[in-house]
Amino acid sequence: MSRAKSPFSPAAVLRGALVPMLVVALWQGLSMSGLINPVVLPSPVAVVERWWAYLLPPDPYDPAQGSWFLWALSGEMLFDAWSSLYRVVLGFAVGAGLALPLGLAMGGKPRIYALMDPLLQILRPIPPIAYIPLAILWFGLGNAPAVFLIAIGAFFPVLMNTIAGVRHVDGIYLRAARNLGVGRTTMFIRVILPAATPYILAGARIGIGTAFIVVIVSEMIAVNSGLGFRILEAREFMWSDKIIAGMFTIGLLGLAIDIGMNRLNNHLLRWHRGLEN
Amino acid sequence: MTPMLKTIADGQPAAWTGAGTAPVQISVRGVEKSFTAGAQPIVALKDIDLDIRKGEFVCLLGPSGCGKSTLLNAVAGFQPPTRGTVNVDGRLITEPGPDRGMVFQEYALFPWMTVAQNVAFGLEIKTMPKAEIAERVEWLLGKLHLQDFRNRYPKDLSGGMRQRVAIARVLALDSPILLMDEPFGALDALTRRTLQDELLRIWEEVGKTILFVTHSIEESIYLADRIIVMTYRPGTIKRDVQVEMPRPRDASAPEFNRLKRELSQMVMEEQQRFSQDEIRSVTAD
Repeated sequence: MSRAKSPFSPAAVLRGALVPMLVVALWQGLSMSGLINPVVLPSPVAVVERWWAYLLPPDPYDPAQGSWFLWALSGEMLFDAWSSLYRVVLGFAVGAGLALPLGLAMGGKPRIYALMDPLLQILRPIPPIAYIPLAILWFGLGNAPAVFLIAIGAFFPVLMNTIAGVRHVDGIYLRAARNLGVGRTTMFIRVILPAATPYILAGARIGIGTAFIVVIVSEMIAVNSGLGFRILEAREFMWSDKIIAGMFTIGLLGLAIDIGMNRLNNHLLRWHRGLEN
Repeated sequence: MTPMLKTIADGQPAAWTGAGTAPVQISVRGVEKSFTAGAQPIVALKDIDLDIRKGEFVCLLGPSGCGKSTLLNAVAGFQPPTRGTVNVDGRLITEPGPDRGMVFQEYALFPWMTVAQNVAFGLEIKTMPKAEIAERVEWLLGKLHLQDFRNRYPKDLSGGMRQRVAIARVLALDSPILLMDEPFGALDALTRRTLQDELLRIWEEVGKTILFVTHSIEESIYLADRIIVMTYRPGTIKRDVQVEMPRPRDASAPEFNRLKRELSQMVMEEQQRFSQDEIRSVTAD
């Protein structure tokens, strides 16, 4: 794959910043023209100010309160981002943790596949959002229904890809392993599982993307913290600048999660061909 | 240093050629293998009787579709024959096992393992103590000139290097028999010759029984004690040729060329039947 010299060379940075700067300039011009009500579309400056205020600690630093570090993290945004991230990670861990063994079993054993597949095919097309009423009925309000919804969102992508991954293991590895005297359990753990990891990780990446969508939605209905909750709360006060500031933060968190997953992928698949990005 | 691998028959000198008096190790009796491809039944192997002695280097030679790989797979235990038996050291073969290490044309290295991990894998399966595994792996990496590549992944190696790793991996098992399915078929001519020489060197040193599938006449003459020429469908043994030339063999020697001409004739007869068949099947479609 050919790459540009460096993504951080001055020319590249300038080129990358061109379109965003144009959009912001247009936006600023539009709000300064007075044609649009600032409640509908606040100016970029107002959004940045609000974002900054959202990030900073609400109270001035008081040494009597203790650690400076904790004070620096006491801003509303960091608390919200942490709450959302916590739910994503927990829900994803539950969903993927159930999907992985089931997928391995279904991919490896046609009988288990035949047994489980019809039910899963019926459940799979139901969007996680459609589980909201049931989730509230079962788990009430709070973290539990949110984690449940996120787990469902993460479950199916990981499951389907794990099944596909196990089924697509190249027969030559199985033959080579049998020739080396590998038994069934070792075959599964040391040959089939690693051979299927490219598929499984692709599923995990889709799964965490779904989990991130679901966390924002579930925070709008079931809990009173998190980035999803905060932008809905801001709407009730007509704080459109805070809504956009929150959305921007959601975007940043999503980007951070994606970069993290990408790093993990590259590390776990460092042996894999055609992995250059 | 104590030898890491068992040598063949007791008291045999390290460098020896020919296994004329050694006991039979692989015994193939009345083997037949048929497949069905669509509605067409194909007899891949028919009436194969073959004895291979301990320490012998035997090449199976023939055109595509002559069943040489099928025969190798029957000995490996991957595809049991439709009829007949394969015995190794008097034991009936029904499944693959580490007593018959296989080298595949596609290398079949585990891409998620480094070179050293690939070589060690078979030993871990045998639950050999860690220190012993490390020692054996080190020794094999040295033997195949892979020391500087021990922490590389297969994707970063050339074809020749990959096949060295695959050879080290089966040598690690210390199996008495090596089965090689066109192992050098995908390599360029120079790499191929280097690996042939290394294989001969290792074989002379550790004395394995080698059953080597190839469609290269020259390769078979260069390597083998004995060449089994096979016919095209049904795959039978057309000729069993002893190669008496001392090693290292000179591919430009008159003897070499005489044998080459003789074998070429036999193989080309079968090759012609193969191409006619191929043309027929294409026109029939």
